Amino acid sequence: MNTPRATRRALLVGSLLLLAGAAQAETSTQDAIAEYREMFGDDNPAELWQSRGEALWHTARGPKQANLTACDLGLGPGVIEGAYAQLPRWFDDTQQVQDLETRLVSCVTTLQGIPREEFLKVKFGDGEKKSELEALTAYVVAASRGKPIALPMQHPAEQAAYALGKAAFSYRAGPHDFACATCHGDAGKRIRLQELPQLTTAAGAREAYTHWPAYRISQGELRTMEWRLQDCFRQQRLPQLKFGSEVAIGLTMFLAKNAEGGTLAAPGIKR
Amino acid sequence: MSDPMRIRAAVKGEKVEVKILMSHVMETGQRKDAEGAVVPAHYITKVTASCNGRDVLSADWGPSVSKNPYLSFRFKGGAKGDKLKVTWTDTAGDSRSDEVSIG
Repeated sequence: MNTPRATRRALLVGSLLLLAGAAQAETSTQDAIAEYREMFGDDNPAELWQSRGEALWHTARGPKQANLTACDLGLGPGVIEGAYAQLPRWFDDTQQVQDLETRLVSCVTTLQGIPREEFLKVKFGDGEKKSELEALTAYVVAASRGKPIALPMQHPAEQAAYALGKAAFSYRAGPHDFACATCHGDAGKRIRLQELPQLTTAAGAREAYTHWPAYRISQGELRTMEWRLQDCFRQQRLPQLKFGSEVAIGLTMFLAKNAEGGTLAAPGIKR
Repeated sequence: MSDPMRIRAAVKGEKVEVKILMSHVMETGQRKDAEGAVVPAHYITKVTASCNGRDVLSADWGPSVSKNPYLSFRFKGGAKGDKLKVTWTDTAGDSRSDEVSIG
């Protein structure tokens, strides 16, 4: 009779120790990341992408031998300052609501004549295989640092995109019957040691949205919002999220709108 | 083709504070790709910095340094306007030098 009880007590003590260990690991992981950020101060490896993007922006390339200085990101041709703070938005020329990444694709294909497939061959970089899209995104995003997120939200298609994103956020699907809202719909949730922002609140959405795109320490790569979303879909075991699809734009719209008024600090630096 | 380094150098009191971001994969040679093949080692082995031709830093690096390394150090004897030159060499025999004026 004594043995099972002793075992049980030992198990209980063991699990308490495990819990304590997990809590400690959590703080030390977050401390380590905070320390890493502090070491960089105002620097961020994302700057390597920014400077590559800046060079790409000004270099005449493609069949049309043009640079991207005529690219209209919503504030007029060539205006990049503050442009990211007002995306996604409706564009008359493409008759679409576009986020920054899909808009950049439009500019590259129309102004430079580079085929979409060729430009998107490396959407998300991996070591020696560098992504031009990520570099250009970093360059444009950095020009909105310190700007408040303010979407136009006038066009019916923009409102429709928001509504689609809102619905998609709570749409449960896949083998785990998961939705974005399963993890990001309540306060105080986490996956393993990662604290998860509640993206349905202004505070949570701002905290997340204002720091993306970001340099991801664990991958040594700069990651865009399109990457973030497709990875969320992968983690939920949903079918692959198509780049630039209505759902991808809708979700971005939903997050950006929820984060409205937040001050952009991207590209950020993440674990 | 390697990307340029991002170098910042500024006089802080009696010393010059230098901050360098390098773009490099820093492959350890321990990693395997999706097909199970070893990803060959490719990392920076030597970093040097000189101020107006005078060596101020020389470092031997190995595979334990992170991807896209960040290096910060201070040295004495530099002044505003001096040229700071940083050079790295890697296991593939590639090297890159970038130069900035101390601000």
